[in-house]
Amino acid sequence: MKEHRRQVYRALIRQKSAVIGASILIFFILAAIFAPLVATHDPREADVISRLKGWSKEHYFGTDKVGRDIFSRIVYGSRISIKIGVVAMTFSISLGTSLGIIAGYYGGWLDNVIMRVMDMMLALPSILLAMVIVTILGQSLTNVIIAVSIVYIPQYARILRASVLIIREQEYVMAARVIGASDLRILTTAVLPNCLAPLIVQATLGMGAAILDAAGLSFLGLGAEVGEPEWGAMLNENRALIRRAPWTVMTPGIAIFLIVLGFNLLGDALRDVLDPQVQT
Amino acid sequence: MIAYILQRLLSIALSLFGVSLLVFFMVHLIPGDAALIILGERATEDALVELRQQMGLDQPLYKQYGKFLWDLAHLDLGRSFKTNERVIDEILRKFPATVELTLAAMGFSIVFGIGAGIIAAVNRGKFWDYMTMFGSLAGISMPIFWLGLMLILLFAYTFPIFPSSQRLDVMLDLDIQHRTHFYLIDTLLAGDLVAFRNAVSHLILPAMTLGTVPLAIIARMTRSSLLEVLNQQYIMTAHAKGLPKRIVILKHALKNSIIPVLTVIGLEFGYLMGGAILTEHIFSWPGLGSWLRAAVEARDIRPIQGGVLFVAWIFMMVNLIVDLLYAYFDPRIRVGGAAV
Repeated sequence: MKEHRRQVYRALIRQKSAVIGASILIFFILAAIFAPLVATHDPREADVISRLKGWSKEHYFGTDKVGRDIFSRIVYGSRISIKIGVVAMTFSISLGTSLGIIAGYYGGWLDNVIMRVMDMMLALPSILLAMVIVTILGQSLTNVIIAVSIVYIPQYARILRASVLIIREQEYVMAARVIGASDLRILTTAVLPNCLAPLIVQATLGMGAAILDAAGLSFLGLGAEVGEPEWGAMLNENRALIRRAPWTVMTPGIAIFLIVLGFNLLGDALRDVLDPQVQT
Repeated sequence: MIAYILQRLLSIALSLFGVSLLVFFMVHLIPGDAALIILGERATEDALVELRQQMGLDQPLYKQYGKFLWDLAHLDLGRSFKTNERVIDEILRKFPATVELTLAAMGFSIVFGIGAGIIAAVNRGKFWDYMTMFGSLAGISMPIFWLGLMLILLFAYTFPIFPSSQRLDVMLDLDIQHRTHFYLIDTLLAGDLVAFRNAVSHLILPAMTLGTVPLAIIARMTRSSLLEVLNQQYIMTAHAKGLPKRIVILKHALKNSIIPVLTVIGLEFGYLMGGAILTEHIFSWPGLGSWLRAAVEARDIRPIQGGVLFVAWIFMMVNLIVDLLYAYFDPRIRVGGAAV
């Protein structure tokens, strides 16, 4: 196992896209952790005298319509985006994985019920389903995270179910059953570890998608509260000013793009390394 | 084939039933009183009681759901509480705008996506392959709402080539008779070429915005699918026969590698319906997406319910058509019976 992990790690290092993707992500993670040190201003503090200033030494990325420092807002915004990605994925992975394993391992009517519900969720475009959930729960950043988490459950459930269906029939699982191992033990020691590869790939790509969806919801005015340094909400707030002050919408979008690109580069590389069958 | 179609129709009916349950219970899942949310804090008690009665909220759940399904079967999706218009009428009026935008985006992404995929596959491992593949990864990671804003900044303000919003210039819009609500068709029917050109120019930036992500995905799929075929022996034979490279790739190879690309194209329609919400918001495009967004913001329940059901239905129909085409082209699907 340890040797295998080392091999994967070495293969990843050889992949340029993995290195670039991971570097981008580390960059944002460091910015998020050390936000108070990196930021030059208070991200929420308005300063009407210096409103709509362009790029300068004082304000690296300029200021918005109430004079808030855009650079500092983007730095603090990375905290929000990473939080969305991590929390939403943790939630949807744990629920999706459990549902997928139960459906695949036990089969029968349980499988049918679970997968039909998943199909139904997949019958709606993700952002629309998220909009419905936000309508039910009300508009706030927390509810956006909940909505995005729910939206991505079916993907994990499907992946896990498909893997479990194959692994269930393997000899080592039968062997475990023969020596009297409990279901829970078989699932956690024999089945789950063998589903990890597709799960890791999907989780990496999924974090980027979750951040993108959440930013989209905020852009639609259905997410983060006005004034919060959330990248999508910043775009929405400033988009009317695009002609007068293009810098106010330039950098938040680049930030979203880069962090999602980071996840996608890493996810792609992981897929190539962990799953040699789908070489593109 | 018939058994396969029946099986698919059954699963669609099940999914639609599920979605209908979801949108029905939406009203009941909203914390607090739905009537209060619709009418606002300052509503009188009488008005609240009346609205609850009107919405049937005082009836037992099963009766409410029964009535909901009954109305649904009669295409009655209720009325908007904000505009008092019939939801189904609003949907039918807004939908053509979204379809026009979606088809334009799809056309854009298919033409450029397949083109880029072919260029990448033919130049495997060379400069253009890397450029295309990096470009497509960038496209997949692109927040389209930002891309739209940048396109507006560049092509509507800095270089004023294309308009930045709406479907037609206001002055022209007044002259055109809206028979189909598809502006490209309406302007042509009116024989007004100036208006037609104007409608096309309004369509370009939104279509590019909405088409970027599918373009990237189609390019990747075309490349990998084409690469697989290019390694096969009959391609080598075709080359050996001395056929021109262009013919071998476009006629022999592309034809056999197009099926996975078709599936992706079908799947992308679902994405487009979602992406349209964002794109329409940016370009003030008066379609289903911006209408739904406004309804969600206003918590106008009936239009949300109707809109969601409608989109789900369209989405499933498109997927069904794609699956049927797929089964038609690839008999292995029919026999196996399991659609992935």
